[in-house]
Amino acid sequence: MEKVEVRAEQTKPNYLNNGYSVWSWLFTKDHKRIAIMYLISISVIFLIGGIYAAGIRLELLTPQSDLFETGTYNKVFTHHGIIMVFLFLIPAIPAVLGNFLIPIMIGARDLAFPRINLLSLYIYWLGSAIILWALLQGGVDTGWTFYTPYSTTFSNTYVVATGLGIFINGFSSILTGLNFIVTIHTMRAPGMTWFRLPLFVWAHYATSLVMILGTPVVAITILLVALERIARIGIFDPTIGGDPILFQHLFWFYSHPAVYIMILPSMGVISELISNFSRKRIFGYEFIAFSSIAIAVFGFLVWGHHMFVSGQSIYAGLVFSILTMIVAVPSAIKVFNWTATLYKGQVSYDTPMLYALGFIGLFLIGGLTGLFLGAMGMNVHLTDTYFVVAHFHYVMVGGTVLGYLGGLHYWWPKMTGKLYSEFWGKISAMLVFIGFNLTFFPQFILGYMGMPRRYAAYPPELQVLNIFSTAGASVLGVGLLLPVIYLVHSLVWGKKAPDNPWLLPGLEWRTSSPPPTENFEQTPVVTWEAYDFSDENGLDVEKVKKELATV
Amino acid sequence: MIQQSNNWVPLFPEKASSFAWQVDALYFYLIAISAFFTVIVVAAIFYFAIKYREKEKFQNGAEIHGSLLLETTWTAIPFLLSMTIFLGGAIVYYNQYRPPKDAMEIYVVGKQWMWKFQHPTGQREINELHVPVNRRIKLIMTSEDVIHDLYVPAFRTKADAVPGRYTTLWFEATKPGKYHLYCAEYCGLNHSGMIGWVYVMEQKDYENWLAGNVSSQTPAQAGRELFEAKLGCASCHQQTDQGRGPKLAGLFGKQVKLTNGQTVVADEEYIRNSILNPQGQIVEGYQPIMPTFKGQVTEEQLVALVEYIKSLGNETASMSK
Repeated sequence: MEKVEVRAEQTKPNYLNNGYSVWSWLFTKDHKRIAIMYLISISVIFLIGGIYAAGIRLELLTPQSDLFETGTYNKVFTHHGIIMVFLFLIPAIPAVLGNFLIPIMIGARDLAFPRINLLSLYIYWLGSAIILWALLQGGVDTGWTFYTPYSTTFSNTYVVATGLGIFINGFSSILTGLNFIVTIHTMRAPGMTWFRLPLFVWAHYATSLVMILGTPVVAITILLVALERIARIGIFDPTIGGDPILFQHLFWFYSHPAVYIMILPSMGVISELISNFSRKRIFGYEFIAFSSIAIAVFGFLVWGHHMFVSGQSIYAGLVFSILTMIVAVPSAIKVFNWTATLYKGQVSYDTPMLYALGFIGLFLIGGLTGLFLGAMGMNVHLTDTYFVVAHFHYVMVGGTVLGYLGGLHYWWPKMTGKLYSEFWGKISAMLVFIGFNLTFFPQFILGYMGMPRRYAAYPPELQVLNIFSTAGASVLGVGLLLPVIYLVHSLVWGKKAPDNPWLLPGLEWRTSSPPPTENFEQTPVVTWEAYDFSDENGLDVEKVKKELATV
Repeated sequence: MIQQSNNWVPLFPEKASSFAWQVDALYFYLIAISAFFTVIVVAAIFYFAIKYREKEKFQNGAEIHGSLLLETTWTAIPFLLSMTIFLGGAIVYYNQYRPPKDAMEIYVVGKQWMWKFQHPTGQREINELHVPVNRRIKLIMTSEDVIHDLYVPAFRTKADAVPGRYTTLWFEATKPGKYHLYCAEYCGLNHSGMIGWVYVMEQKDYENWLAGNVSSQTPAQAGRELFEAKLGCASCHQQTDQGRGPKLAGLFGKQVKLTNGQTVVADEEYIRNSILNPQGQIVEGYQPIMPTFKGQVTEEQLVALVEYIKSLGNETASMSK
């Protein structure tokens, strides 16, 4: 009897057993396989970026510049920033989780343009390879912000090669965004109206808008930097007739919205987790959906808040400051709605939910400290100090990375068909939360004390806080390495995942784990609202419970 | 206030400028608002998470879709509070970035990787700045290469020093002492070595310091030498209106009418631009014949020339009296 069951399992077709050759992966048009290839690439990238982070924290353990030469340290923090921002944070959630789940969540067979989806993966590989090559050749020391005229005239490092890699990578973003927008518009299953979409899909829709509207601007900016560096055409360097502040306008016009490319998908994940692990409909669905769009739109109008001390006119500063305050409101709306969702729920605390609750706490601090930096008079004291470093790590790591990990754990049984160890999952979630706070909270104080960022050496009176920070980074490092171990372990030794391990109503839980190549045996017809836990959600509860009982 | 030297873990920087208390007040206001929201949300999460924890596997939560009243409340309150933060920030910024008229002017040139200061009385310093207490000081800054940023945490202010233009930073130190001076804008290899100290001194000590550091030339005197001899400006810009170039005495701070009909104020930036890019702004009634001095004068020489032309303004003013 047992043997028969095993055989039945093996023969059940899914996207993973649909061909085992290398070619069946490299030439696949299946969004799920492309997502898995992104997952592997992005994990490797994150590890490299993490090693650089370790280098930074080790150097800052002592006030003197002693572990590295200062020039090497400058490259270490630059590489950390470039790798994490352009190669990890921007693609992470959209390319892995978005790619895998958007078609399934809307009841489609694949994305609208499967070949373009594969192309965007190859572009990501090409761009990343060029950047990694440039870093291996000797690297770049401009900071991830490439401020002119340092980057165009003074730096003797691989600025153009790195820029080329970022330029190429941008097309991967643009194509992914385009693919998502067309898919969400045209491929929704019958009955899947806009207001029945999971909020994960809404968040990706808003993200995609920013991707296709913002990314071309950074591409042009990089092109102009290359032109000035190679052909000495005066664009940014004042000695040849350029304007260095122009670069900052162009750069932040993309790079501020890019922050929303990183955080919006994570907010989408959190909406899923909070609602599903409270087993009730999300509070204020429309408000969360439209706050994503509001963030995407207003996010384009606040770039000047990076330039309050650069000599920008007071009046321009006033406009950027007030808009910065306004963009904080939709983020606040999300936090309140998530909190209210818990009210009268049936809240359980599986690993993904721990990440989600951790996200709310960290994003709250990240968002509130954004108000400090948006207030002009406060910004003058705090900008370019460790306060800024702490603030954006609270948003980017506390926000994006926790959302990514929460989502990865949540959909892992669906993506791989395996269950990971709940015990180690919880341990890791708690280590990440504690380690993260220990690393970055002291940096707020360091910032107010006036410790400038990008310093290899610092005044000795600031050492104690830096030791806290480095100690925290070690805990954080362990917390982030653990999932690599137990998730990979689960692939081989993990229990087989049921199709719907938490008895949830989303479309992705109504197909098998892992899903078949075509996602659904027949096109689903949607008759229920998103997060509908009522009896009208069309779920065969008894059948799911029966399957769960066998696990 | 908490003194950093007495603390094992320093939590708060020294406060030594006239507007530092405003920045600190804004900081505490923001901390209060942050604490308010953090406590509310975290308390609510813990309360709900414990009270509504799963009682029975796969039991569903209550059917609640939302509440317009709540949504309005938690949109309006953060919006109104954020506007108060905006206002507070704008007021403090205005005080930080509007230099007073009667300030003592010190020129600052940033270059990889040092800060050069030039006092109006001729003293020059590198990476050290001596200033008198309770006196308004205006720094007129530029850079010889990349963007730098002069930052004194104890004064709670900073500003970029941008190549190709002048920016200003002002402060009034309120407490004698020795304070950190940093470059806060990443500027390459030795960025973290582009640091120094601001020494705030009692008026008497400051005068002693000035006397002990007598310089051969004030910037205005150096500028005069460049103007009359080295660069030969004086051959065209004469004491009368008959020269090929406009008369410069009494020019500083005046309105200048240009051939394109525009009127500009002759400030430091204008004089600097007119030396480096003379074709950019031609004064009405004159021919565009002045050659550029770009590449021939250093930032420090430019500062000297600007100071000299400013001093001409003073002489005519005192003469007319």
